[in-house]
Amino acid sequence: MAQVSLNSIRKVYPNGFEAVTPSSFDIKDGEFVVLVGPSGCGKSTLLRMIAGLEDITSGDLHIAGRQVNHVDPADRDIAMVFQNYALYPHMTVRRNIGYGLKNRKTPKAEIDRKVEEAAALLNLSDYLDRKPSQLSGGQRQRVAMGRAIVRDPALFLFDEPLSNLDAKLRNQMRIEIKALQKRLGVTSIYVTHDQVEAMTMADRIVVLNAGRIEQIGTPSEIYHSPASTFVASFMGAPPMNLVQAQFQDGAVRLPCGTAVLDAPTSRRGPITLGIRPEDVRLGQGQTAFDVHLVEELGAHRLLHGQIAGQPFTAHVVKDTIASPGAHVVDLPRAALALFDTQTGARL
Amino acid sequence: MLKRSKLSAILDHAILILGALFMLVPLLMVLQITTMPDVEVIKHGPSFQIGDQFDDNLKKAMLEASGFSGENTGVNMLKNSFVLGIGFAVGKIVIGMMAAYAIVYFRLKFATLAFWVIFTTLLLPLEVRILPSYEIVQRLGMLNTYQGLIVPLIASATATFFFRQFFRSVPEELIEAARIDGAGPIKFFVDILVPLSQTMIAAMFIIMFVYGWNQYLWPTMITTEEGMFTLVRGIKQITQVMEGNRIPEYGRANVLAIIAIIPPVFVVIFFQSWFVKGLTESDK
Ligand SMILES: Nc1ncnc2c1ncn2[C@@H]1O[C@H](COP(=O)(O)OP(=O)(O)OP(=O)(O)O)[C@@H](O)[C@H]1O
Ligand SMILES: [Mg+2]
Repeated sequence: MAQVSLNSIRKVYPNGFEAVTPSSFDIKDGEFVVLVGPSGCGKSTLLRMIAGLEDITSGDLHIAGRQVNHVDPADRDIAMVFQNYALYPHMTVRRNIGYGLKNRKTPKAEIDRKVEEAAALLNLSDYLDRKPSQLSGGQRQRVAMGRAIVRDPALFLFDEPLSNLDAKLRNQMRIEIKALQKRLGVTSIYVTHDQVEAMTMADRIVVLNAGRIEQIGTPSEIYHSPASTFVASFMGAPPMNLVQAQFQDGAVRLPCGTAVLDAPTSRRGPITLGIRPEDVRLGQGQTAFDVHLVEELGAHRLLHGQIAGQPFTAHVVKDTIASPGAHVVDLPRAALALFDTQTGARL
Repeated sequence: MLKRSKLSAILDHAILILGALFMLVPLLMVLQITTMPDVEVIKHGPSFQIGDQFDDNLKKAMLEASGFSGENTGVNMLKNSFVLGIGFAVGKIVIGMMAAYAIVYFRLKFATLAFWVIFTTLLLPLEVRILPSYEIVQRLGMLNTYQGLIVPLIASATATFFFRQFFRSVPEELIEAARIDGAGPIKFFVDILVPLSQTMIAAMFIIMFVYGWNQYLWPTMITTEEGMFTLVRGIKQITQVMEGNRIPEYGRANVLAIIAIIPPVFVVIFFQSWFVKGLTESDK
């Protein structure tokens, strides 16, 4: 049984702006789903509709088999972690974590026990009597997590919970959240615009663009077979190379004339080629690659330059010596993805 | 350089000392008069002499009634002033907060309009509407009651305005977190908004308490029974008693004046430290 099911969920804001076009997907019990997309694509809107903080314009939302379109957020059996933590500044950590339980008329002794338990799980036991202002960013984030897990909800919702932390702490919290979620087995929906977070944390990724779902799939599906040029260029750092080419004389040819792929003679017109930087073979083949800049990243290097006048990046392991200048590369057929130039859809 | 800063230091201090004197001298005069017999005061006015009448004047002022009914003793007037000052401040804060809460957090059709209507009442202070207000209070039979003193004054555009501005600065996420945590409108107000507004409440309390304490016109109109007199109005009463060949009781009136100053000063001092603490420990 699907734990969460969205059926043609749509959001039109009162000013007439359609922030989410009708979208449908199901989330399995215990699954960790990441909604990812650029700023303004409607991730938060979608999440907030699931939370009940935003009205659903049309469509059906089910959580644990129950239609919840018009159910109050408090009664949806969800918990949410916000970007700015949203801790109650005047309450101690203990009261912050226990507030939701208290509102649900949980007996005092049980609140205490559950708060202690959650605090122990999150390494917060020493801070229970502090106010949020006396905590570091990471600790605050953990308190926000504590507030969510203490209630034992059917569904966790996260709205960019790590974006206020520095890079190192973010990596650490990312792992902690993921581990915690696996341990508790709670279905989770996680919003981020950071594709690294999406790739590393998700069981499944939902890529959104301008209020539309571009692709749903496991991280590896999304990475290795992007459904559109948008997904290809959004996911992966550096993103997939996209090069404009033409069907010509029974081959797909780059503007410089190099044939990279055989094709039926009957086909004509433009096409977009995609290839991941790490699939490019440096020093083989006969495609000219003009390197402008070598980016040294320790374990590997990124070569930035141009192929046939179009920006192109290649990823090479650290032992490969490469310097700016003219090189040749091979674009292995198996690694090439073909996209319709006009619609951006994968062919 | 050194010389210049020395000179400017002297100048700064001179200005400050002058200012302090300007504020203090009238107070010292009042204090001096409280120590003198009334006859001396009427003969010589304020002087540098410190008399021995302070105890007497204090006793008279606090315990002896000045009117006919025997009810407007200093203690009684002090009590009335406190009731008015606190009732006024608390009433204004409660009503202002609730009005602002409704305007900011509820999807009311005419919330903005309602707010501006409330706001324009700033242009209609009590003095402008004093006759109709008096008539209403009189018809409701609230003359010479605490309700009559307080209720007509507590609907406050100022407090509503300040609380509205404050509530609008409370992060949206906090409200949403509370909603998910199962706090309804009343719980949210009591558990979250009121504690968050502490500093705002303290600030409002200072202003409104002093404002209410110093009310003169309205209490003068509404209270005719001596037992309902407030300090501010009672002092006037004492110096007014000049029938026959009685000397105005300057000593006594000035003791009351001192006593009338003390509570507002304490309120300011007490809430100010709280206020500053709240501002610096800002954790919203
Ligand atoms: N109350 C509103 N009224 C009208 N339009 C809105 C409203 N809230 C958001 N929008 C618009 O809806 C779109 C989606 O907003 P949303 O907050 O869901 O974006 P997001 O994907 O979460 O972006 P970010 O990564 O910046 O948080 C945006 O274009 C935004 O301008
Ligand atoms: Mg967002």
